Amino acid sequence: MRPALHCEWTKLRTVAGPSWLLLATVVLTVVLSAFAATSARYAQAGPGLDLTRLSLTGIYLGQAIVAILGVVSISSEYAFGVISITLAAVPGRWTVLAAKAVVVGGLALAAGTVAVLGSLLAGRLILPGHGFTVAHGYALLSLAHGPTLRAVAGSVLYLGLIALLSLGVATAVRSSAAAIGIVLGLLYLFPIIAAVVPDAHWQRHLQQIAPMTAGLAVQATVNVRNLPISPWGGLGMLAAWAAAAVLVGALLLKLRDV
Amino acid sequence: MSTTPAPYRSNLPAGGGGFLQLLHAEWTKFRTVRGWMVALVVAGLLVVLMAYLATFHHQNFVQAGPGSPVVVAHPFVPLGPSGEAVTDTFYFVHQSLQGNGSITVRLSSLTGLIEQSSGSGSLGQGHSQGSSSQTQARPGLVPWAKAGIIVKDSTRQGSAYAALMVTGAHGVRLQYDYTHDIAGPPAAVSTASARWLRLSRFGDVLSGSESTDGAHWTTVGSIRLAGLPQTVQAGLFVTSPPLVLSRVFASPSASSATAVFDQVSLAGNWPQNTWSGLRVGAGSVGAGTVTPTLGAGGFRQTGGTFAVTGSGDIAPAVGDVGYTPYESLQGVFVGLLVVIVLGALFITAEYRRGLIRSSFVASPRRGRVLAAKAVVLSAATFAVGLIAAAIALSLGDRLLRATGNYLYPVSALTELRVVLGTAALFALAAVLALALGAILRRGAGVVAAGIVLFVLPSVLGASYLPTSAEQWLLRLTPAAGYAIQQSLVRYPQVSYAYTAANGYFPLAPWAGFAVLCAYGALALGLAFMLLRRRDA
Repeated sequence: MRPALHCEWTKLRTVAGPSWLLLATVVLTVVLSAFAATSARYAQAGPGLDLTRLSLTGIYLGQAIVAILGVVSISSEYAFGVISITLAAVPGRWTVLAAKAVVVGGLALAAGTVAVLGSLLAGRLILPGHGFTVAHGYALLSLAHGPTLRAVAGSVLYLGLIALLSLGVATAVRSSAAAIGIVLGLLYLFPIIAAVVPDAHWQRHLQQIAPMTAGLAVQATVNVRNLPISPWGGLGMLAAWAAAAVLVGALLLKLRDV
Repeated sequence: MSTTPAPYRSNLPAGGGGFLQLLHAEWTKFRTVRGWMVALVVAGLLVVLMAYLATFHHQNFVQAGPGSPVVVAHPFVPLGPSGEAVTDTFYFVHQSLQGNGSITVRLSSLTGLIEQSSGSGSLGQGHSQGSSSQTQARPGLVPWAKAGIIVKDSTRQGSAYAALMVTGAHGVRLQYDYTHDIAGPPAAVSTASARWLRLSRFGDVLSGSESTDGAHWTTVGSIRLAGLPQTVQAGLFVTSPPLVLSRVFASPSASSATAVFDQVSLAGNWPQNTWSGLRVGAGSVGAGTVTPTLGAGGFRQTGGTFAVTGSGDIAPAVGDVGYTPYESLQGVFVGLLVVIVLGALFITAEYRRGLIRSSFVASPRRGRVLAAKAVVLSAATFAVGLIAAAIALSLGDRLLRATGNYLYPVSALTELRVVLGTAALFALAAVLALALGAILRRGAGVVAAGIVLFVLPSVLGASYLPTSAEQWLLRLTPAAGYAIQQSLVRYPQVSYAYTAANGYFPLAPWAGFAVLCAYGALALGLAFMLLRRRDA
């Protein structure tokens, strides 16, 4: 396993693409979060706004970049034929996939930590200037606050799971364009369909199984009882999606010719 | 001895180098990949499926009164003088005015009540079945509470009118025929600072003026109401629309307002010489009013002083009252997603397989290859988008009508714009993805960028992003193009959550569409430039 890990790490480390993607993940996440915080006003929002969730808005965009990372880590090997060399070097196909999962997941977690903490810091600096002050019943965002810590840790894990989900889907379908279409479709279209479907009962069910809506329930710090799914339960739902994708990818990788 | 065989030469005539041949070549490439044709059909089907999902559930029931049968129908929505859907619910203290004349009043107090929200509001239609007795109310005046004097064609809902009023927070206004609004001086009314209002009729012309002391008058405006009958209903009115919070999912709270009028003086021929009170729009209450109201309203006359309480609104109807073509086309995202993947693959697949070099050998002018690709792709996606949008729209309309929902009157021209615009959205999304594909050459990046640009703003709008941030995204990103699907008009004089989820976009339809076109042109231009400069 260790040589396989080292091999995957070298492959990702020595091309420029992944490091740009990681940088883009951090920058885009923090920029969108700061934009969301900048456009919030106490006068419009009133009391009871979930500031933690608001300052982590950027993850909606950051996850797309993490998804690209997860997808290209395998689909680029298919595109350039490197996969046959990889599998010749490491014939255990599951070992290859596991090594990729560890490296890609680890990188996503690392970039996610920086991105999420940066977003929270931006919110902490911006929001009090827009009326979200202690006088109005809003405490300063802080990791010492239990639910906020859960939101931060959960968001980082969320990005790691998104990378695994993308890796699994890309392993299964091989084409990078199709894979990213499927992953982002899974993430973004569920909430839109849930919003379009008028029946409240079905809406709730859709929100419970949608990988993004359920997974991001972990960001909630206000009104947690009324969520369609509990914070950790939601992250568990995303983990189930990711596990299913990786499993299908692993089976196809094992059963198929390259 | 052997002779060397002559090298093979094809008997086929050499192909022309014209653009038509190029188009034919690209169309053949597109047509013969089975997955792409399937994807194109799937994109269309998804739009229709989403229209079905979005509309088949809404079942609306109306009971005309206790004991009467429940029928599938929608509450009565009056139509204004120019055929638009309006809200016309208010308390009217009126008498007939024959010919020309005027009415002058002093408004010395305007106060209000706002329904206390009971925690979670219903997410369904904003229809309240009359007003329930157990509602709690707190004191408060909504910004568009209206009290003043009105001259109206008749007491029928939707008839022509002109009204001069003091509002909760928008000063003195002269409004007429529902959609028109003229601002007067900003002024709040209290016992310390009363307002005099005067509305006079001369033929078809109505003029309103206001004063702070009853002696010095300022004209607010003069307007013409064509076709006003000889005898009109005129008098005092009070109404108060529901309080709308900026939160997307907060349901509006009904409100009422009470105004105290005194020093009422009339000029002209008022034959009845006695005031009667009427709750305009009360007839439709049993069937569920479209504007939630608070209390039944009423008036009390003591000497020359009138205390009038009313609830409702006199304004163009917005939002929850009914549905627009947009309701059936909300699912267009889903189709766009497929189209974006298709547009990206149409060029990145050539790069991946090295086919692009063959294409450029066959047609060395690279710009023309890209142009041919763009034409083929946009024509194919436009056609599919057009068929899908037309089917989705008629299916949605039929389902909504069958389940007793109100559909806003939309002109045929607007409907045509929405359908053609949706088809153009398909084509532009595909061409933008194609251009991005020529620039980036990598499928994953292109598809992700396309999806993020087109779909993410809508996802964010439905999430926790503040409304103002959503509005900026819908101005600046290619998602601005969705504005072409808007069929309602935004009225500044009506408080409502004018968000994309409710079918309102921050840019005007053609302006939003122009933003999307600008993105497409920019990307194509960049792609042309890079194709010429870079190696293939």
